[in-house]
Amino acid sequence: MGVTTALEWLGSCSGCEIAILNIGEDLVSLITETLNIVHAPILMDHKYFGQCGEGVTLEIPEAVVGIVTGGVNNREHLEVLQEMRKKCKVLLALGTCATHGGIPALMNGQDQLESWEGIFSTVSTDPGAEIPNVEVPPPLDRVYACDEKVKIDMQLPGCPPNPELIGEVIVALAEGRVPVLPGKSVCDTCPTKREGKGMVDKVKRFINNVEFKPGTPIDEMRCLLEQGYMCMGPVTVAGCAKRGGPSCISARVPCRGCFGPVRRDGNQLLDMMNGLVSNGLDFKSVVDRRSVLRFSGAHGRLRPVKKRVARGKVK
Amino acid sequence: MKKVLNIAPVSRIEGHAKIAIHLDDDGNVENTFLHIQSLRGFEKFIEGRPAEEVPRIVNRICGICPWMHHLASNKAVDGAFGVTPTPTGHKLREMCQVMAHINDKILHFFFLAAPDFVLGPDADYSVRNIMGMVKAAPELAKQVVKMRQLGQMMLDKFAGKAIHPVAGVVGGFAKPMAEEERKELLQGTQTLLDFGCYALDFAINNVFAKYMDIIGDLGAIKTGFLGMVDREDGSLRLYDGKLRLMKSDGSFVDFEGNEYIDYIGEHVEPWAYSKMVYAKSWNEGFDMALTEPKGIYRVNTLARINVCDKISTPKAQAALETFRNSFGRPAQQTLLYHYARLIELIYSCERTIELLEWEGITGQNVRAKVEPKAGRGVGVVEAPRGTLIHDYTTDENGCISGANLIVGTTHNIAPMNMSVKQAASTFIKDGVYSEGVLNQVEMAVRAYDP
Repeated sequence: MGVTTALEWLGSCSGCEIAILNIGEDLVSLITETLNIVHAPILMDHKYFGQCGEGVTLEIPEAVVGIVTGGVNNREHLEVLQEMRKKCKVLLALGTCATHGGIPALMNGQDQLESWEGIFSTVSTDPGAEIPNVEVPPPLDRVYACDEKVKIDMQLPGCPPNPELIGEVIVALAEGRVPVLPGKSVCDTCPTKREGKGMVDKVKRFINNVEFKPGTPIDEMRCLLEQGYMCMGPVTVAGCAKRGGPSCISARVPCRGCFGPVRRDGNQLLDMMNGLVSNGLDFKSVVDRRSVLRFSGAHGRLRPVKKRVARGKVK
Repeated sequence: MKKVLNIAPVSRIEGHAKIAIHLDDDGNVENTFLHIQSLRGFEKFIEGRPAEEVPRIVNRICGICPWMHHLASNKAVDGAFGVTPTPTGHKLREMCQVMAHINDKILHFFFLAAPDFVLGPDADYSVRNIMGMVKAAPELAKQVVKMRQLGQMMLDKFAGKAIHPVAGVVGGFAKPMAEEERKELLQGTQTLLDFGCYALDFAINNVFAKYMDIIGDLGAIKTGFLGMVDREDGSLRLYDGKLRLMKSDGSFVDFEGNEYIDYIGEHVEPWAYSKMVYAKSWNEGFDMALTEPKGIYRVNTLARINVCDKISTPKAQAALETFRNSFGRPAQQTLLYHYARLIELIYSCERTIELLEWEGITGQNVRAKVEPKAGRGVGVVEAPRGTLIHDYTTDENGCISGANLIVGTTHNIAPMNMSVKQAASTFIKDGVYSEGVLNQVEMAVRAYDP
C-alpha cells in the first residue's frame, strides 16, 4: 500500500493539478502504487462534511503527505489549509500561488472593496447587483502565500511547476528523503548567447518578435535581455527548463518570473531593476514596474497605491 | 425536521463549488443551490498593465483551458491596437487552441466523468475515480493516460508551455513552425484522431447504450443554446466565427462577438460569486423555474453541437448525423454533453490535421507590426466550457483602462442550478437518500464540465 496522501487546492486555477497529470508514463504507478490518495477534490469524491453532507465540521482524512496548491484568498481557503496542516505530517506547497501568492496576489495592489464593487457593476451586469454574501466564503484582507498562514515543510514553485520536479518531490517525500531541486537562476539554465553589454539603452515592450533564425536551436539566439527585452531570468529561480532550455525562452518569448525569486525571500522587482542597470538599460523605461512582482505579490510585497489627496479639498 | 445536505466540495470538476440541498419537514427538496465559492478579481488587477502582457496574465484564470484565455485575450488586444494578425500567425493560434481542446476532452471524459459510468454511480467513493479505473480497466486507463500526455507534450514542445502558454502574441505568434515540427505534430495528431474515433465507439457501446434511461432523465431541463459557427456556412467553429443564440424551439439569431452586450446580460444572486449570464435580447428577464425558465440558455459541447448547421470535417460530420438522428436538434438531455464532447474531440483532431496540411502553416511571417494605442477590442473563442469573451479598453500608452470578462462556465451557472434542482427533486423523496443518489446529483453538474 502506498503512502497516504491528501491533495487540496485553494485560490487556484488547476494548472498545478494538470502539471501533476503531465508527469507522464510514471503517473499511473505514482497515483496507484507509490501514493494512496485519500482526499483530492479534482480526482476523487471524498467530502468535507461526510459522504451524505450531514456533518457540520470540515474534515479531511489523516495523511502522511499533504499537497496544497493555490494561495489563501478567503476564509474557506484558510479553514481548508489549517485542516490540511492538522491532518498531514508533511505539507508541500505546490506552485507559485501556494509558495509566493502568484498571479491572484496582483489583487494585493488594488483596493479590494472598490475592485469588487467594480466587478459587480460592469457594462454587462444587471444594474443594482450587490457583492454576494450569502453562504459564500468572505474574502481575507489580502491574498496570502501558504507559509504566511501555516508552517510549510517544503516548497515547489512554478506556474505551473515542472512535472519532472513534481515527480521528484513526491517520490522523495514518499521515500522520506530530501528532493534534489535546482537552486540557481533561470539564466544558469539558459543556453542563449551572451556577448556582454546590451545593444540598446531602453527596455523594449514585447510588441515585436525577438531576433532569431527560425529553425535554429536557442543556443544560437542572443540573450533576450541583451536584445533589450525585459527578461526576468536573472532574478527568477530555475526549474522550468525542459528540452535544453527555459520554457518561455525556448518559445522565443522573454521570461516573466513565474517561478518566483531566486532566494525565497528575494525581491524580484528590486533585483530586476539592479539587473537592468548593470546591463546598461534604463529601468525607468519599464512601462509598468509594479507588475514585475506579478508572481511574488504576497509576502507583503505588493500593496495598493496610496491615493493622492488633492490639497485644499475637505470631505 | 428541516435539514441541509452540504455536498462539498463538488468533486471531479475543474473549479470550486458546493451544492446545498435544503429538505423540508417531510424530507423532500425545498430548494437547492450551487454555490460558486471563489472570486479572484482578474478584471480589476489587469487594469494598468501593458495590454500586450495581459495574454500572459489572464491565462492563469484556468489551468485546464489556459490556451482559451490566452488567445481570447490576444484577439482582444489585436482589436484594441487595431492589428490584423498575419494569416500564418492566425492559423498557428487556431491550431494550438484546437489542439488544446483535444487534451481537455480526453481529461474530462475519461479522468473526471467516466468513473461514474465505468465503475457505476453507486460504486464506493474510494474506487469511483481514475485510480479505480486503473484497477478495473487497466488497458483502457493506460491508453487514456498515454493519449492525454501525447497531446499535452506535442503542444508543450512546439509552443514552449502547454499550461499557461506564452507563444500567442498580439499580432500573431512568437515563432514560426519548422517543417520537422509540422511532420511530428501531424503524426501525433493522426494517432489522437484514431483514439478519438475509438473513444466515441467505446462510449456509444459501453456508456450511452447502458445508461440510456439515466441520460434521458438525469438533470434534464429545456433551454436555449449559444455557440460559435462559421460566418459563411454555419459549421462548427472553435477559434473564430460569429455567435449563434438559439431558442429551445430551434429558432436563432446570429451576431458578432463585439455586439455581445446587446444580446446577453449578467444576473447576480447573493449566494454565488459567479454571475449568471442570460439572454437579455429575449426580453423575458431571468428566471430559473424548471417548468418555464426565462432567459436561460446553455453553452459548451452540447450547445455547439446544437447550434451548428454542420461540421466541416468528415468523421465528425458523420458522428453528428448519427447523433441528430437519435436525439434531434436541439437535443436537450444534459448527459448528452458527454456525447457531444466526443464528437468535438474528433472534430478537434481533424481540424488540427487540416491546419497542419495548410500550405502556409510553416510560413515565416508570423507576427504583424504592432503599435500600442488607445482603443477597444473584443476577443471571443469557444473554450471547452463555453463561449469565452474578453473585452478590453486601452489608453494612449496601450495599457488596459477597462476590462470585462465573461468566461465559459458562467453561462452555464443558471442551467447547472436548474439541473441540480431537477436531479435532487427526482431522486430524494420523503427523507430517503444515499451516497449514490447524491453522486447522481453531482453527475448532473459534472456533465457541464464546469
